[in-house]
Amino acid sequence: MDDLTKMVRDYVVREYIEEGDDREVTETTPLISGGIVDSFSMVSLKRFLEKKCNVQIPDADATPAAFDSVQSIVALVRRFQKT
Amino acid sequence: MSNHPTYQELTKDFDWSIAERELGYQQGDKINIGWMCSDRICNMGLAEKPALIWEDHQGTEKRFTYNDVRVLSNTIAQFLVGLGIRPGERVCLFMDRVPELYIGFLGILKTGAVAQPLFSAFGDESLFVRLLNAGTRAIITQKKHVLKVRKIRNRLPELRCIIVVDSGDAPLQEREVSFQMEKTPRMEEFEVYPTTAESPSVLHYTSGTTGQPKGAQHVHYSIISQYLTAKWVLDLRPDDIYWCNADPGWVTGTSYGIIGPWVNGITQAVLDSGFFAERWYEFIEKHRITVWYSAPTAIRLLMKEGNELVRRHDLSCLRHLCSVGEPLNAEAVLWSREVFGLEFHDTFWQTETGCIVITNFPGMPIKPGSMGKPFPGLAATVLNPVSYEPINQTGAAGLIALRPGWPSQFRYYLNNEAGYQAKFKNGWYLCGDRASIDADGYYWFVGRDDDVINTGGHLVGPFEIESALLEHPAVAESAAVAKPDEVNMEVVKAFVTLKPGFQPSDDLELEIMNHIRKRLSPLAMPQEIEFIDALPKTRSGKIVRRVLRCKEFNEPVGDISTIMND
Repeated sequence: MDDLTKMVRDYVVREYIEEGDDREVTETTPLISGGIVDSFSMVSLKRFLEKKCNVQIPDADATPAAFDSVQSIVALVRRFQKT
Repeated sequence: MSNHPTYQELTKDFDWSIAERELGYQQGDKINIGWMCSDRICNMGLAEKPALIWEDHQGTEKRFTYNDVRVLSNTIAQFLVGLGIRPGERVCLFMDRVPELYIGFLGILKTGAVAQPLFSAFGDESLFVRLLNAGTRAIITQKKHVLKVRKIRNRLPELRCIIVVDSGDAPLQEREVSFQMEKTPRMEEFEVYPTTAESPSVLHYTSGTTGQPKGAQHVHYSIISQYLTAKWVLDLRPDDIYWCNADPGWVTGTSYGIIGPWVNGITQAVLDSGFFAERWYEFIEKHRITVWYSAPTAIRLLMKEGNELVRRHDLSCLRHLCSVGEPLNAEAVLWSREVFGLEFHDTFWQTETGCIVITNFPGMPIKPGSMGKPFPGLAATVLNPVSYEPINQTGAAGLIALRPGWPSQFRYYLNNEAGYQAKFKNGWYLCGDRASIDADGYYWFVGRDDDVINTGGHLVGPFEIESALLEHPAVAESAAVAKPDEVNMEVVKAFVTLKPGFQPSDDLELEIMNHIRKRLSPLAMPQEIEFIDALPKTRSGKIVRRVLRCKEFNEPVGDISTIMND
């Protein structure tokens, strides 16, 4: 697991999983459809990514599909890091 | 050509006794929502008809017939009685949209206890204030949510039992008990508690401008309104497969996500999954959904995902679409006309009304952006905000008001008589919203009449947010107001002054946002925090939210000299 993936996964676990909850979050765990992150909480997650990864993610690209797994979030960040 | 009755035909000689007759109820009879939605349907020869088609985000599917719902709700009822739950006591449902939530709701009501559903995304503080106010005796929850309950249970002396429906082999703690619905011996028979029309049934919490959330208490007679509005407005018919998007933690999810369809003997489908456009369309296509009750926020999110996604699915099964939560904008109606060949019918109501009160009926010409017309039997108007007299001028905005007395009207706010009395003026119930009425009798939403924030169709009280903001070590003072939002209509914005030693920063903003999300709920989390030097206040030191709100909406503040001198 690379540094970016680990950072995103650790943040999701720390902020969205209740302490003591033994559910595992992998790179492909469904976050939005699985009810771990909801559409309102996406705002703070997007803010975190923009701050820590120094990217600007347009609202139009911050879709539930793009935020549905650690893997898709990392891909989204990388797309905007490149441009 | 529509075969629906006209609005004039529906309203002519209307009386709620229409519903009483169809449900076989006579004044003075025993009436129990749990029995009406399960045993009664079985007695009509529909025992083997599917009542619930349930699916989770992974596609796992479960099906329950009306007989399953009858027997399993008996089983839950018997379990509760065995734990010592007594009629009138509050039993909270704190779960995701799992079958135990829907069936447990009926089980609680069968015992004569009061069902108190709470949104499973609530944080521990939101949960605490609602359980404390209700003096809740038991809570039915899931393994992943019991952790929040454990944080607060020691401050809830009246909470006797914490029932975990999926604990498996996981160790339980003090006051916790395991209940696995489908593994517990099924109770074919259960003596349903003989509730009557005015027996308390469902307790839903709603937010106001001031103070903590208020518990709106409903009674078993509410089913009269819920039955007829589901039949006439949602247009439910025997062969329908119905899908209501709302979570039963909110009133739509119980009035029309449990009671409305089941008292009509309809098959309903439930998707226990977060919002995901493709998944939603697949669900409609797979289960051949015919009637869909959704919300403007969800519809606008679907619009954002584009028309191509809709075209990739066969959604020809859809027959009737409705919407609730906040006003449905005209663009959403026009979009649904284009992509589904059907219009979303906006419906207006709230926790306190218990049923749809102003609506667009099937077959009625829709004016996109309008709320529609009052449901028959409901005397509605808009009132002058000073005199509380009806405004007779076409197009003039006033307070939406209803003449009290419809069956599903809430009966009181639990432990809050003053709050209840404040909702009535000059013989009218005030909804807290403003609207105008056009020459054809259609209502047009104007806005809220208070500081409550309507975000994604859910009301969030500023007081609750401000109280939680003050718990953060950096926050000196705070004000929470609505900010316009393209998708959610409104979102929460917080204005914050900081204590000495703290500096505004992106990190601090994110930290405060997450603090509110975890303490209260994602809905209450400010989507933006503005750090300012001082908040606008009256001479007596009261924060004037109106000034901040007007700034967000680019509206003139108007004359506030009287307020500032308060």
